[in-house]
Amino acid sequence: MITLEHVYWLMGALTGGVAIVNARDASNPRRWNSALFWGLYSVTFLAGSRLPHFASGVIVIAMVLVASIGKLGQGTRESATQDERIRSAARWGNRLFIPALTIPAVTLLGNWLFKRVVIGGVPLVDPKQVTSISLGIATLVALAVGMLMLRPRPSAPIVEARRLLDSVGWAAVLPQMLAALGALFAVAGVGKVVATLAERFIPLGSPLVAVVTYTVGMALFTMIMGNAFAAFPVMTAGIGLPLVMARFGGDPAIMAAVGMLSGFCGTLMTPMAANYNIVPAALLELPDEYAVIKAQIPTALLLLAANTAIMYLFVYRR
Amino acid sequence: MLTLIGIGIVVVGFVLRFNPLLVVTCAGLATGLASGLGPVAVVTAFGKAFIESRFVAIVWLVVPVIGLLERAGLKERARAVVAGIPAATTGRILMLYFAVRQLSAALGLVSLGGHAQMVRPLVAPMAEGAAENRFGTLPAAQRHRIRAHSAAVDNIAVFFGEDIFIAIGSILLIKGFLEQNGVHVEPSRLALWAVPTALCALVIHFVRLLLLDRSLRSQMSGASSAGVTEATEA
Repeated sequence: MITLEHVYWLMGALTGGVAIVNARDASNPRRWNSALFWGLYSVTFLAGSRLPHFASGVIVIAMVLVASIGKLGQGTRESATQDERIRSAARWGNRLFIPALTIPAVTLLGNWLFKRVVIGGVPLVDPKQVTSISLGIATLVALAVGMLMLRPRPSAPIVEARRLLDSVGWAAVLPQMLAALGALFAVAGVGKVVATLAERFIPLGSPLVAVVTYTVGMALFTMIMGNAFAAFPVMTAGIGLPLVMARFGGDPAIMAAVGMLSGFCGTLMTPMAANYNIVPAALLELPDEYAVIKAQIPTALLLLAANTAIMYLFVYRR
Repeated sequence: MLTLIGIGIVVVGFVLRFNPLLVVTCAGLATGLASGLGPVAVVTAFGKAFIESRFVAIVWLVVPVIGLLERAGLKERARAVVAGIPAATTGRILMLYFAVRQLSAALGLVSLGGHAQMVRPLVAPMAEGAAENRFGTLPAAQRHRIRAHSAAVDNIAVFFGEDIFIAIGSILLIKGFLEQNGVHVEPSRLALWAVPTALCALVIHFVRLLLLDRSLRSQMSGASSAGVTEATEA
């Protein structure tokens, strides 16, 4: 059976390769820091499932120190000049889109197919992880298509992967780090403390105030936690169910659906949702790491107002 | 109350723009210590949480093939395609991507997008290319603004499209949580009530993209005359 562990081996190979390319590149002024950072990250993928968690914790802290106090560098050599790329683009034309679109196509196909393939009573792919594994397989298929089509040097994919990942830098690890922080918050009971505080200090006298508190609270708490899924149980247990539904007679389906979407408005406005907001800023080489958030804030605020209006207009009508 | 120290560290750290990795690590360790764990137990808990969150990083597996295609001129090709369409503007391209992304997410096809797979190699170069066709070379500030909007479109379209699909994670989470609290809801009603917000998102963001086109037009007509003055001064 193919499990997530196999996909982690691929990630280990990728990050390990990035470390090696960095170590060999004298044009990166901090090449040993970069090599150490990606090398340690590689260890968490290759050995993380077998290492004692304390050892993994030490590795992670070492990575953070290398990236924050030591700083990461970036090689300056371009693998292809602008002219070469324009000529290559003219030569290949729209065929260049084929490997790129192979990724979503195979992911979707895998999602549908792998759930149905059972060999000797054992599913081919771990049924709980089909989406992640499909993505992993899709990237391999797309890479094979790209290599067969373009026929570059065998080292080209890892050299190019290094270029992209180094332009993202430490931000590549931030979403995972924040997910870990969320897990620690949950263990420490942070959500419950916030809910108790909210209940104690917020006046909730009228149906309208209850709705506004719920939608705005979802957005704010999502901004703190970086994730609407973490905010939803806390806010719904604290305000949604006891007030909007029980005291003022609101419809729970409308309340919950629009409440979750109010949380998504918060996701658009917080650096804590790093994979949506900080990583793309790094990936698109924007000098302001908050540029994507700034582009999203007007839509997020208007939509939060719209959600509040939708909920107030419909939730109490039954 | 001491449990909340992690939130405080995160807010202060992000506002003062310390390295976010360092901020998050300190917040995690402080939260663990505040909840009464010893130093070794805290590092162990942190390591465990990090290892169990590895699935978040799987999206990076796309970078070898995307990097390879970029070297072969994928971005340049994306721009050239747009150059062949005279009606294309930055706003219109982003509106088209918004609509496709939101609709496909509503059908459950959430993996048909993403910043590494679609926005960096295709959407952002097309949006930039459309502006370049109209206004010539863009100043860095406008180029960055267009890129930021490309990333924003991907986020907003998928967030406010996916909940229309019945079997998406958030709908299942809502249903599960309400059931634990003795409230029964139909997933189809939850999905139905995601529709009004989805339409609002579409309308609000389309208006903003129209305004983006208009603002680019006025900035660039101003900038080209400013560019001339700069050149003569230099």
